[in-house]
Amino acid sequence: MVGIVGYGTQIPRYRIRVEDIASVWGADAPSYKRGLNLNEKSVPGPDEDTATLSVNAARNALLRAGIDPQLIGAVYVGSESHPYAVKPTGTIVSEALGACPRVHTADLEFACKAGTEGLFIALHEVQSGVITHALAIGADTSQGAPGDALEYSAAAGAAAFIVGSEDLIAELLTTDVYMTDTADFWRREHTPYPEHGGRFTGVPAYFRHVTGAAKAIMDRAEMAPEDFDYCIFHQPNGKFPVQVARKLGFTEEQWAPGLLSPTLGNTYSGSSPMGLAATLDVANPGAHILLVSYGSGAGSDAFIFRTTERLSDVRDRAPHTRTQLDEYRVHIPYGTYAKFRRKILKAE
Amino acid sequence: MRDVAIIGIGMTRFGELWESSIRDLCVEAALACFNDAGIDRLDSITIGSMSSGLFTGQEHLASLVPDYLGRRNVPAVRVESACASGGQAVRTAFLEVASGMSDVVLAIGIEKMTDVSGGEATYALATAADQDYEAFHGVTFPGLYAMMARAHMERFGTTRDQLAQVAVKNHENGSHNPHAQFPFTVTRKQVINSVMIADPLTLLDCSPITDGAAAVLVAPAEMARELQRGPLTVITGIGHATDTISIAHRADLLHLDAIELASSRALGMAGKTIEDIDFAEVHDCFTIAEILVLESMGVVPAGQGGPATLDGLTALDGDFPVNPSGGLKSKGHPVGATGVAQICEAVTQLRGAAGDRQIPNARIALTQNMGGSGGSSVVHIVEAR
Amino acid sequence: MQVPRFWREIPRYYRLEAAACVQCDAIHFPPRKICPSCGANAFETVRLSGRGALTTFTIIRTPPSGFTDQAPYAVGIVELDEGVRLMAQITDCDVDTLKTGDRMIAKFRRIREEGRTGVIMYGYKFVPDVGV
Repeated sequence: MVGIVGYGTQIPRYRIRVEDIASVWGADAPSYKRGLNLNEKSVPGPDEDTATLSVNAARNALLRAGIDPQLIGAVYVGSESHPYAVKPTGTIVSEALGACPRVHTADLEFACKAGTEGLFIALHEVQSGVITHALAIGADTSQGAPGDALEYSAAAGAAAFIVGSEDLIAELLTTDVYMTDTADFWRREHTPYPEHGGRFTGVPAYFRHVTGAAKAIMDRAEMAPEDFDYCIFHQPNGKFPVQVARKLGFTEEQWAPGLLSPTLGNTYSGSSPMGLAATLDVANPGAHILLVSYGSGAGSDAFIFRTTERLSDVRDRAPHTRTQLDEYRVHIPYGTYAKFRRKILKAE
Repeated sequence: MRDVAIIGIGMTRFGELWESSIRDLCVEAALACFNDAGIDRLDSITIGSMSSGLFTGQEHLASLVPDYLGRRNVPAVRVESACASGGQAVRTAFLEVASGMSDVVLAIGIEKMTDVSGGEATYALATAADQDYEAFHGVTFPGLYAMMARAHMERFGTTRDQLAQVAVKNHENGSHNPHAQFPFTVTRKQVINSVMIADPLTLLDCSPITDGAAAVLVAPAEMARELQRGPLTVITGIGHATDTISIAHRADLLHLDAIELASSRALGMAGKTIEDIDFAEVHDCFTIAEILVLESMGVVPAGQGGPATLDGLTALDGDFPVNPSGGLKSKGHPVGATGVAQICEAVTQLRGAAGDRQIPNARIALTQNMGGSGGSSVVHIVEAR
Repeated sequence: MQVPRFWREIPRYYRLEAAACVQCDAIHFPPRKICPSCGANAFETVRLSGRGALTTFTIIRTPPSGFTDQAPYAVGIVELDEGVRLMAQITDCDVDTLKTGDRMIAKFRRIREEGRTGVIMYGYKFVPDVGV
């Protein structure tokens, strides 16, 4: 048996409303709000980045797991906004948790699915018996170019999962994957903001891969949508995950607990992992959960978990994701946002 | 130990002295000091500078100063204890003379602070704090004293008006001092409404960034008697003490142990009590600092420094005049020079030569010089004989 | 601050490692080699809770070089539940409503960086403990 023994999230305190971005660029806020089901997004403070969000989320995961950090044999940090181009985020995270020095680490990048990539590797590595525990984190402080459609959704947050083979709170039943070479979104080396294929990111990219991975894993597990208590699909906005869930035959009560994007935005590598964390905050023991990520470029990882009795014992040891989202927020104007995100810089 | 007298004092003007370099300032103060003493003999030099390296890039003042004084080959040493470096220079000179090692020793305090930007100066001053556990977090010296001010206001009910009165009083005194950087008066309202630097301290709660140098010449009292130029001024007591570098580690954030110990040691050596003191020059780097020093030296009980200041205790005509020179607040605070300049003021007052700021019949003076946030302090007792 | 000086402090900056005196149980942060309470020189490394209360603070509005783009920011002294006092920035707070006695919790944050291309220094800051 392998699965999750602890989980935790971190969401920055700051939010910006879609209206406040739209008013700067003369864009139509209602079309973003209705069309993409986006109301506001999280903004990292000036002293936050992928490393800090990762550490703070992982500390919450450790509180729930209740294990000695020295047991962690591997740390994977998936992100498209690692603070350094060269120098791992994973070393910072491992040191801050107290997992060094006998810990393997790798920074992963696969657009929005780098977080589940880490989870995928961690689960299978622990399953192999090489190590007893691994930590997988999906975290981002993603940036959209000023005025670009992505600016309305590119948000910040992190989810961390400690994987083990004993004292599970959610057992892994199976994984699957669906991946092709599809350039729907990218960022070249030494450029600050990503570019994307506009409507091309929809049908041939997001929907094809998410649907492909979801169908593949359900076939493999011989399960149908009605066999699941919850589903989480990557949430680049509030519209895509609902559309794909409906198309596959899921219902609102299955996706609603994990759907954070309408008020969180797209936390990229943190997106579907944070949805999983929010779902674990409310799931009953024995619940079946389908998780399907999506990363541009493009691919989807799929997982099926079944929660255990232990989940309800540990979930209150750390703040719930929804509490962080709903109760820890201060709205900032665009000028403050531009300063925090270093779109404008003060002279030294 | 031999009795040690101050036979000469000299100061540059304090202020933004764009035309003067660090060597110019040292030489100007020393020449004024030699002229005042009326002698030409020099056995040794002590130099107090907090951070000539960070402020000007120049270390090795122990070579530069004698060289440009035209005293090549004279032994010289630089001493450092942050903003108490000047007091340390005088203390070191005292020890050389008292021990019989030297007869005539020049103590110079110097800081040339305006060759760097405001941010760089703030950084340089913050090196007097714990670099790894205070300054690392972006705290500044106004910030450290502001934390003490907030705690004082919350524990004792000290008011903004009371803090501001320290500045009002010192500017009033400084307006009569020709060496002062800011010889103008201010109102409490102006102090309170000036730009916020580190809450609750405003710009006019803070001493300025200043260029300047001060010098004193010390010699055995016997020799001074032979010279007989004006009243004899003798250093009768020196106290020196240290405390934690981090304010978070103090047993009581609002009691400066180093100041209490340094003043009680100095008074004990002089055979005096605080009641014997006619006036004091104290280290008012911030308005709250003067209040903390008054309380830590036992001039007033803890918590009474604010009300006492507002009541006029420390005014020029009060029962315990403090900072007749204008203090660091109005006279200016070239950090390494301050401790020496305090002695210059003490001697000027004891000679009865302080003009409009003269304290009548001043016979016994106390000077208190402080390093950092109270991590070190030197107190001198100077008496007219 | 150069990299070696920062790197040396990582156990304190990242994990709040302190020294507990084996003789008198006093806890020192940063760690010391001689106990100022009892004079002993044997210690155990302990990790501080990071939970405590704000005892005093200020808002830095005129920052030193290296902190220019962060101002204004709060710096305070927090007394941890184990009795240790330490200074740090208070972040994620409304500087106008912060007050002494507020409960605080340590978080991992960026402290400063060596310019735009240099090393990033991380460490502890406190945030008001509001349960998230």
